[in-house]
Amino acid sequence: MPTSPMPTTNLASLKPGQSAKIVDLNLESGLERRLYALGFHRGQEIQLLRRGWLSGPLHIRIRMTEVMLRHCDACKVHVASIIG
Amino acid sequence: MKRIAVLGMPNTGKSTFFNRLTGSHAHIGNWPGITVDLLQAKVKLGDDFVEVVDLPGIYDLRGFSEDEGVVRRFLESAPLDLVLLVLNASQIDRQVILPLQVKQVGLPAVLLLNMVDEAARFGVKVQPEVLSERLGMPVLPISAKYGAGYAAAIATIAETLRQQDAPVQANQLEECLLPDQQLSADIQAVLDGAVQMPLQLSDRLTSRLDRVLLHPAWGLPLFFAAMYLVFQTIYALGAPVQELLGNSLAWFRGVALEPLLAPLPTFVQGFLLDGLYEGVGTVAAFLPVIFLFFLCMAIVEDSGYLSRAAFLMDALMERLGLDGRSFVMSLMGFGCNVPAILGTRVMRSPGLRMLSMLVIPFSLCSARLNVFMFMATAMFAADMAPRVIFSLYLMSFAAAILTAALFKGRFSSHEPLVLELPPYRFPTFKQMLVRAWCEVKHFWFWSRRFIILGVVAIWLLNNLPTNVPTASPETLSGMIGQAMHPIFAPLGINPQLTVALFFGFIAKEIVLGGLAVIYSQAEGADLARAIAQEIDWVQAYSFMLFTLLYVPCLSTIAVLKSESKSMRFALLAIAWSLGLAWISSFLFYQGARALGL
Repeated sequence: MPTSPMPTTNLASLKPGQSAKIVDLNLESGLERRLYALGFHRGQEIQLLRRGWLSGPLHIRIRMTEVMLRHCDACKVHVASIIG
Repeated sequence: MKRIAVLGMPNTGKSTFFNRLTGSHAHIGNWPGITVDLLQAKVKLGDDFVEVVDLPGIYDLRGFSEDEGVVRRFLESAPLDLVLLVLNASQIDRQVILPLQVKQVGLPAVLLLNMVDEAARFGVKVQPEVLSERLGMPVLPISAKYGAGYAAAIATIAETLRQQDAPVQANQLEECLLPDQQLSADIQAVLDGAVQMPLQLSDRLTSRLDRVLLHPAWGLPLFFAAMYLVFQTIYALGAPVQELLGNSLAWFRGVALEPLLAPLPTFVQGFLLDGLYEGVGTVAAFLPVIFLFFLCMAIVEDSGYLSRAAFLMDALMERLGLDGRSFVMSLMGFGCNVPAILGTRVMRSPGLRMLSMLVIPFSLCSARLNVFMFMATAMFAADMAPRVIFSLYLMSFAAAILTAALFKGRFSSHEPLVLELPPYRFPTFKQMLVRAWCEVKHFWFWSRRFIILGVVAIWLLNNLPTNVPTASPETLSGMIGQAMHPIFAPLGINPQLTVALFFGFIAKEIVLGGLAVIYSQAEGADLARAIAQEIDWVQAYSFMLFTLLYVPCLSTIAVLKSESKSMRFALLAIAWSLGLAWISSFLFYQGARALGL
């Protein structure tokens, strides 16, 4: 684990293939509940697999689940990128 | 009779389990206050019959979606003897929140860990006994698709049910549910040591396929190629079967019905044969396409490709208030609108579904194409005809986009669009057959009365009073055609063609037959000549434009009504399409005339 504080960013600005840890979800309650049920818990590692064309949706893997999330929603998922 | 509810998250094979349990004899039940269709069936378990209800797939008992509200209302209003929880064993790390919530509410439950075959492949190891002890409910690994563990599960369910003396009803469900922090801790406590799983999903087949199918450059061309293949399969196979069915019905009419009814007065004969029997034939004509459509859709959907299609098309569809699945259904609508509208059921958000159902009828279906081929050949030079047809396809797209843009505010989707992209799977042939068969049954059951009544009503309009020739100016439809002339005159549509539009209300394939009756010419070259003598190409194109945009057919209205469960919605769809048809034809006709054409 790096000792310096990890840079926080949002899920939509990760590069394809990059992993990160969820810091905070800043979403309307319906979406937040749905993501919670899909395994989006704080501290959980998450990976961006690919992004759709024309700032389309993101393909995300979280543990044993893969989902597509719209770009605008992914912007509100704050993550700390894992270095390395 | 004891009652069981089947509950689980989406993509867990819950329906596969329900179909295996009920043998596809399920029907739609009627529950007060519940707005979505719930399938239910009577099943013999052990020595007794029990009622099994299939609840919609939900993620969370506390969730805000329509389906989640429906499940809550159901649990609070219907006493249950048992809840059967179906989870995907590979995703037990997150799906375990459902059994925990059911336990908090205090409902008796049996937990079925489905897709154990897939879980083993992904390296997920579960100890059912430990889980069972911690959750306080029987836990059984099964494969609903292949049947492994199924018999043992049924025995346990029957035994648990036998021990359950009185049904339980959830009261004030939301107050029983614990907050998330507590839930997260409980999830850890339940899973710790009982479940071993890899840190991340690694399904090499899925990853490889996705790399090709979701490729930034190849993804879309492959998607269109796949859709073209599906489309060809459905309609290339469907058309001959439809024709065969039509010929069989005509043969039966010729050898049995006509001789049998010959002694009756001509009007009664006509009513029974051209009204009632024709109505049955109209319903029957859709059965083969619906069957083939859902056979193919079972593959597209169950394989996981439909959610990939949503991923590929979402960037464009999001702006229209739709999603990629609406696009797939609209594409399929170019073959036939009816199964495409039935297919929107995969979209669980009511707003999204309604908007898709409003858009699909503008897809230029094969029945309309028949009319346009005939008219284009009759009215235009050989080199112009294909361009005319092509322009109508463009109009069809434009009408769909305009409709989505105008109505997206009214039918907005309040549900979050987070779609799971499950690992690629292939459905068994039996799964496909069951799905197709259920859809055909559903259509037959919910739509036949409306369609048959509609066909009969239009026949009466064309044949009353009884002492004048069919569809002539003296009949009811002729009189209505005359009365509506002021409305259609600005479009260049004469009273004869107006009456043809009446026929088109039933189905577009009989517009040509209708024109043949009205102009008393046999179909084909004679009819083409008769029409060409009366109208010019501007009028013909205006008529085609109107035919393209106004209500596709009675069967489409029937499924719009039965699927939306709202006559108002069906009326809105009719009114909007008629309005759009009128305005478009008006603008075209008057514009062309103003240009001196």
